[in-house]
Amino acid sequence: MPDEQVHEAGSPERGPTALPEAREHLRVAAMRPVLETPRWWWPAVIVLGAVVALGVVAWAVQLADGLGVAGYNDQAFWAVYEADLVAFIGVSYGGAVVSAILRLTKATWRAPLTRIAEATALVTLPVGMLFIVPHLGSPQRIWELVWPPYWNLSSPILWDFFAVSTYLLATVIFFYLPLIADLPVAAARLAGRSGLRARCGRLLYRALGSDRELGVSKRRLIEGSIGLVAIMVIPMAVSVHSVLSFAFASSSRPGYLETIFPVYFVVAALYSGIALVVVAVAACRRLFHLETFIHPRHFVRLGFVLVAFGAAYLYLTFTEYLIDGYSGTAGLAAWVRQDLTGRYWIPFWFYFVAAGVVPLMIMAVRRTRTVGGVVTASSLVIGALWVKRLVIVIPPATEPLVRSPLAAGGVLAGNWGTYHFTWVPISITLAATAAIPLLLLVVFRFVPILPIAEMEELESYEEELAEAIEITAASAPLSPGGPPGRPLIPPASACAPVDPPIGPPVRGAPGGVLGFTPGQAGWPSLRSGGMGVADTPTGRQPFGLGGWR
Amino acid sequence: MSWLTDLDPGEPGENGAFGASPGLDACPGGSCASGSACATDTCLVPAGTDDDDSSVSRRSFLRLLGLGAGAAVVGTGVGLVTYREYAAAATTNGTAKGGMVTGGAAASMADQASPPTHQWAMVIDLRSCNGCKSCTAACQKAHDLTPDQTWIDVFTMTSSTGKEYPFPRPCMQCENPPCLHVCPVHATFRQDQGVVLVNQTRCIGCRMCMAACPYQARYFNWNAGTVYPKTGQQADAEFPVPQRLGTVGKCTFCVGNLNNGLLSECAAGCPMGAIYNADIISDVAVNSMGNTVKLSTFLDDNDAVTFKPSQNTHPRVWYILGHGQDLDADASQDTPGASS
Ligand code: SF4
Ligand code: SF4
Repeated sequence: MPDEQVHEAGSPERGPTALPEAREHLRVAAMRPVLETPRWWWPAVIVLGAVVALGVVAWAVQLADGLGVAGYNDQAFWAVYEADLVAFIGVSYGGAVVSAILRLTKATWRAPLTRIAEATALVTLPVGMLFIVPHLGSPQRIWELVWPPYWNLSSPILWDFFAVSTYLLATVIFFYLPLIADLPVAAARLAGRSGLRARCGRLLYRALGSDRELGVSKRRLIEGSIGLVAIMVIPMAVSVHSVLSFAFASSSRPGYLETIFPVYFVVAALYSGIALVVVAVAACRRLFHLETFIHPRHFVRLGFVLVAFGAAYLYLTFTEYLIDGYSGTAGLAAWVRQDLTGRYWIPFWFYFVAAGVVPLMIMAVRRTRTVGGVVTASSLVIGALWVKRLVIVIPPATEPLVRSPLAAGGVLAGNWGTYHFTWVPISITLAATAAIPLLLLVVFRFVPILPIAEMEELESYEEELAEAIEITAASAPLSPGGPPGRPLIPPASACAPVDPPIGPPVRGAPGGVLGFTPGQAGWPSLRSGGMGVADTPTGRQPFGLGGWR
Repeated sequence: MSWLTDLDPGEPGENGAFGASPGLDACPGGSCASGSACATDTCLVPAGTDDDDSSVSRRSFLRLLGLGAGAAVVGTGVGLVTYREYAAAATTNGTAKGGMVTGGAAASMADQASPPTHQWAMVIDLRSCNGCKSCTAACQKAHDLTPDQTWIDVFTMTSSTGKEYPFPRPCMQCENPPCLHVCPVHATFRQDQGVVLVNQTRCIGCRMCMAACPYQARYFNWNAGTVYPKTGQQADAEFPVPQRLGTVGKCTFCVGNLNNGLLSECAAGCPMGAIYNADIISDVAVNSMGNTVKLSTFLDDNDAVTFKPSQNTHPRVWYILGHGQDLDADASQDTPGASS
């Protein structure tokens, strides 16, 4: 979708003189995590590593003592690891959305986010896949899944396995392709450095092809492939979670046997994926001082994508519960009753509030539509959707199938199973959670955190950046130094990382639906491209780093 | 019914065996026809390739049942009692390797050199069951199970008139077993006598089958303390004792016992004679009281039903109601009834 706003945004007068500076600024910022070691880096790695190590210990205990130590029993045969599997593979979808869907819809504003989003997908997907290991009772025989003579192709577990592996491959390719063009820049910046990591980095860059000449035709080719993979990634992403849902939906258990499950799972994955991207982008923005490139409006736009999926998910949940509950069939009515008012009401309604209502409210109310608000909403969504996965997995597994609805207790009659959380699955889940930032920290020790080539190639990007820097510099005297703890960008000192340009206030504008007015400044249109200042999402100061200060 | 008059069931011996079994030294637990075959995979070999030894055992079984040569009479010229055609068809193309065995490709019957001589089934007469759970205890003892692992469990159900009745539930040995379809590595397979078994040396412990079984008939080995990881004895699928940690187990119909001329542990342990072991091919059913009946007539005369027929699993376990019981606990729309 070509966008008119981009052209409105660019101001031709401020031009060529600022370009080299802008370019330098971008490259410095993109390579900063590679070239500099912040003080918090090692402590963070050690703490996260310790959490991961605890998880490994827990898994070793489980391996020796059996899945029983993880709280499983015959009437709760699937529980937290299955929820983890779904949840962690689900959060990897953010990469697909930001990079593939937004790329295909030509939403160029996504550009600064792509590397972070893709890296998040790259690390969360393998972590999610690893949950198959604690999930299995006999992980030592996991090789049977890759041993074709043993395959039973009618088993959804195998479909999962194929779908997820293919998706992993696509994710790796999708991470790598846009990286190719950045490699020479990265290699040049690393040249001349000494130390083990610089050497490793150079070796890595060479292995990935940093020394290859990238002529125009090659770059075209790469761009074409990125487009192709972007198209392919979407059906693949859809298939992965659909197939994951088949593992449940293919059984005859009430609560698992749901035709809505594939859609339900895919939407939940996209929802939580966007949420993770928001959190990851916010963290990187703060830790690596990317405020010049990643603006509050990015968060607001992601926030709107987030609540769009959130609303869809709420709708699907409503449909599922309504129809299953309404059917009155003993098996179906039983788990719906248990979820809504029975033994599972706390997690269910927690989901409903934390990932259903609150994110919508946060995005609906202008006061809370800030970076802090979006990040809060996203964190809630990630946590609550994990809980929701537990609610999907556990109640049907605990439902008795041999029972008499005629007995006292009606449809809830029978001997319901109970899953007991123990320290083992909690440690393993925490370890996986810690592994994600840990791996991201490692990835960004080697890989530019911003997609340099992609951003530089964007039409009008440099102008806009230059403009942003200019405005930033001009407004610097107004806020000398900024509040304590405010990150500074040392090398390109001319461009203190003050908030991006701020448009005219629209406070007095006649309030549209929910307080924002479509078509005016303040309406974060997904359609608008570029980093143009014309569509600055807000006229109000609170949109700044409100949430962070 | 004239052939029945020839029957001489003999006295139920120890363990519920009928008469002596000369020449057969049952291995510990009575799993296999011969002790030597116990530790190997030979139990899984399709009957079509049976060696002399086991065909002897099969003949002995019939003799022990008192049928002797009469078995030939039962199926005059056909070799199969085809009162349920799909049953016969569904059971003749199974392979021990766990190939897909359902679908009822009757064509493969022609390919098979010699069709299996038995198709094991079970009849549970709810009129006699008093809910004492002796079957559960006997099964758990024989298979070294934990108290939670109730391969045959006795549930309490409520009839439509509000009366409670006991309901023993073994594995139904479905002819169309959902548990088999979802097993990713063919660890669950259906041997040629229609018994669904788990190869615990192959099971990866994904528990997909537990999700799929509509009868909640599968039990996992969750805890290291309750199984015997390394006793040297290879757990075979027909007699998975000791069980392996992190694999799934379930009722095996004591198929080793059956092939050995013995009743299954639960049937033998039932003081009320509520559980009948049955063979579809020779069309007999026997309980621990020494009652030997013609299976097809017994089922027909007593309006036997299967559990949850709406699941389309075609159980090989029939229930005889008689006290207002209503089995379709999952409130399906289907009327319970034998599939005939
Ligand atoms: S009753 Fe359950 S475990 Fe037994 S064969 Fe049927 S589906 Fe499989
Ligand atoms: S738990 Fe074992 S038997 Fe059951 S589906 Fe998985 S591999 Fe097959």
